[in-house]
This record gives sequence, structure tokens and C-alpha cells, in this order.
Amino acid sequence: MKKYLHVLNIGIQNQLVYRVNFLFRACFGLLPLIATISLWRTVYAGKEGQIGSYTLAQMISYYLVVTLVDMFTAVNEDDWQIAADIREGNISQFLVKPIDYLRYRLCLFVAGRAIYTAVALVPVAIFIFLQREYFVTPADWSTFGWFALSIVMTALLQFFTSYAMALLAFWVLEVSTFIFILFAFEYIAGGHLFPLDILPPWLAQALSYTPFPYQMYFPVSIYVGKSTGAALYQGLLTQFLWVMAAFLFAKFMWARGIRKYSAVGG
Amino acid sequence: MNHQGTKTQSPDKTPLVPSCLGGSLRRYLTVYIALWKNSVIREMSFKTNFILWIVVELLWFALQLSFIAVIYSHTDRIGDWTKWQVVLLMGAAHFIQQIFQAFFLTNCVELSELIRTGRLDFMLLLPVNTRFLISLRKVDLGGFVNATSALVVIGYALKQLALVPSALQLIGFALLVLTGILIHYSLMFLLTTISFWTVRAQGIVWGYYSLFNISRLPDAAYHGFFKAFFTFVLPMVLVANVPAKVMVQKLRSPGELLLLVGMMFACAIVSEIVWRFSVRHYTSASS
Repeated sequence: MKKYLHVLNIGIQNQLVYRVNFLFRACFGLLPLIATISLWRTVYAGKEGQIGSYTLAQMISYYLVVTLVDMFTAVNEDDWQIAADIREGNISQFLVKPIDYLRYRLCLFVAGRAIYTAVALVPVAIFIFLQREYFVTPADWSTFGWFALSIVMTALLQFFTSYAMALLAFWVLEVSTFIFILFAFEYIAGGHLFPLDILPPWLAQALSYTPFPYQMYFPVSIYVGKSTGAALYQGLLTQFLWVMAAFLFAKFMWARGIRKYSAVGG
Repeated sequence: MNHQGTKTQSPDKTPLVPSCLGGSLRRYLTVYIALWKNSVIREMSFKTNFILWIVVELLWFALQLSFIAVIYSHTDRIGDWTKWQVVLLMGAAHFIQQIFQAFFLTNCVELSELIRTGRLDFMLLLPVNTRFLISLRKVDLGGFVNATSALVVIGYALKQLALVPSALQLIGFALLVLTGILIHYSLMFLLTTISFWTVRAQGIVWGYYSLFNISRLPDAAYHGFFKAFFTFVLPMVLVANVPAKVMVQKLRSPGELLLLVGMMFACAIVSEIVWRFSVRHYTSASS
């Protein structure tokens, strides 16, 4: 375990180099968010009442919480780096060292998120403060606790999925197109673009059988009070099962890939 | 990365004093054709990847359109914009973005790499305008394919709106789209020249790219300082909205039209001034 703490430490030091980049990214990222929020405001202004089950404040909160969850859980450069490690033969060293590549990468992911969050929290918090009259808080502390737990599972789910995708580099030279295609699905079916329960019910229902809502929509829905009672526990259990499935899939991909691996340039 | 060699073999010797403008134009055309040839060869050596990138772009375009579909399943207006008007706007924005991407994006992004590695030295030595060369070095052919998908969407939206644009509207639309592309090019080139001072410029360039999201939405959605900033400083709100408005006959006065053209000249001039200033201060990476 100690060696992984060491990896974590090195990861944090490496990521600190990019702090200015992170700040730029977080600030630029707020601009499309402002655009989306203004768009919804205009929609609400031209219409009486709610959209789906959302008031204007809940809708704005939804997007703000998406930004928060994204800050904590988004896979940043990890998948590109993993693919590059395979392509350039850098993973050879992990095959002869007593280090598990998946755990090594997980440590770097955690380090990256920690530094990104530390930097991005400033502009994001200022922005949320400016929108405070539209920012709802969770119903109670237990809701907040479930939200936090769900975020951790979202992070793991996103990481394992990206890891498995990046391992495609064992078979194909260029994985970025595959990553972007999957990301497109995560973006729309995961609820980045709009809350999934404003879709027609049959479509929202169909999506709930895919892992995508558990990569973003589910924790946010806990926060804004759309998942309560039995739905909450059932959702948490489903999310946990998806995390396990993604973990096993990542392991499986690694086991198959390593058989194919020929240590190019290594 | 040896294609530099092939590109520099423009056989005709440059006259010390350009004999006439026509000759110089022909020379640049020859150079540009050579650049195109190189790009086609480069793209075709990764055919599957070329097609997959088109799939990626199509998917993201469809995703933006479905967002609009979802919004309009709950309302019939965003400000004074109806559903198919917004679809047309999205088509226009996508078209502008894709053509920009086809000609300029890769080149703008790569400038910081040229500076970091010192390869810019070789470009400066070539007997062509350096800005011409680094702006148009590579052509991203996928952009043209994706631009067609945008045209299809524009056409379909026109059909739904039961509009048949006049020749004048079409010409106006084409010119305004061109204006929009030049604005994006000037601004992004301006940002890339920051690489002369810091290696972090690439992040800023990609940041600018996220602003394309703003140009896709109807101007009625924006208010206050945000709208003013993205109209008069970075004219994102105008770039696709003005041509789309010409097409759906939404333009009430020629004011916005003139503003867009004016902003284009302003952006182009500022970007050229900054470029000249930057090149004068280029010290080269030790190569």
C-alpha cells in the first residue's frame, strides 16, 4: 500500500505543474455553462410554470451540480496517457515491477482530480455564489451523504470505463476517435446536456438500463431531490453493480491486451 | 515529420522584385496546391481514422440538435426563435465551424509546437509569406465532409420553414459565413501568437474552441454584460446568428450586418498587428 501512496504523492507533484492550465480550463468551461443557463432562463421567461418537474431554480441548480460533479470525477488526460504508454511501450516496466498498472493509474487519477478540484474550486465557487439565489441545497445531511457516496462511485465508474477504452490501444493505433464516440454518448445519455427526466418517460426509462446515467445524472438527481426513498437505494445498488462490472471489464481487457502486447520500442 | 522537405521544393526562383501581382498570385496558388496535395496524401494514409473522425463529428452535431429537440418538446419559443429557425442557426454555426476547422484549426494549434521546437526558423526562411504558410499548411479534409452535413440540415430546416431563399439571400448568407470564418481565424490566430511568449498557449487555443458553443445558440438567449462582451469584444453571438437571420428573414435592420463586417476587419487588423509584433520578438528555441 505504501508504494501506491508514493505514486499518489508523485502524481500530485506532477499535476501541480499544470495548475495554471487547470485554472484556464475551469474558467473557460464556465462560459458555455453561462450560455446554457441563459438559454434556460429565456425558455422559462417565455412560458408559465415548470419544465418537466423542474422549476427554474432547480434547472439552474442541476447544471451547477453537474459542473461540481464533473470537477470531482471527469477523466482528464488519463486515457490519452494510458494509450500513449501502450503505444510507446512504456508499460513494459510495469510488467516486471511489483506494481499493478490499474492501481497505479487510479492513484494518478485521484491525484489529478485532487489538484484540479483544488484549483477549479475557486472560479466555480465564485460562480455558484453569484447564482446563489438559484442554487438549491440538498434536503438534509443524509441526502448530502448519499450524494457524496454516489460521486465516489461516479468517479470510479468513469475511471474504469475510460481505462478499458484506453486499453483498446493494444489493438488499434489511434484510440481517440473511440474515446470521443463513447464520450458523446456519456455526454447526452449521462445527463451533461440536460436532465434526463425531462425526456419522454419511455426514453428516460430505456436510458436507465444503460450505465450512462450513473456516470453523471444519478448523483445530481440525488442532490436536487429527484431520487429519494426506494429509488435512491435501488439506484445506489445499480450504480455499485455498474462500477463492479466496469472494473471487471477493465481487468478483462488488460488480461486480453497483455497477451497481444509486443512491447514496441520498449 | 519530414514533409517540410517536399514542401519547400517550389522550383521557380523568386524574383527579387515581384514583377507583377499576377505572377505573385500564381506562385502562391502553386504553393497552395502543393500543400493540398500533401494534405490529401497524409489523410489518405489513415483511411479508417479519417472516416471515424467524420463519425465523431456527425455524432456531436446530432447531439447538439437533439438538445434543441428536447427543449422544443417543452416550449415552442426561445425568445422570438422558433424550433426550425434554431435548427437552421445550428446548421449555420456548424458549417462555419467545420470550414474553419478544415482550413485553419490544425495550423493554429500547431503554431505553438513550431515555436517550441524551433521549426518556425525554417518557415521564416522560405520565400513565401510566413503567415500564409503557417496558417494554411495543412488542410483537414474531414471538415468539408462535415460541412456538407450542416448544409443538409440547413436545407431541411428551410423546407420545414417553407422558405425559399432568394439569390440575394444566398449570396448574403455565403458572404456572412465567410466573414464569420475569417473572424474565427483572426481571433484564434491572435491567441496562438501568445505562444511566442508562453508554452501554455495551446490551452488557451482550446479554450477559445469552447466558445463555439456560444455561437450555436440564438442571440435571444443572451442578456446584459455577457451579450455585450460576446458581441463587441469576441463577436461569438454575431458570427452564426447574423447569417442565420438573413436566411430566415429575421434581420430587422442592417445594423448587425454592418457590425459583423466591422468586427471582422477589426479582428483581422488586430491579429495582423500582434503577429508582426510577435515575429519581430521571436528569438527561436535553440535548435
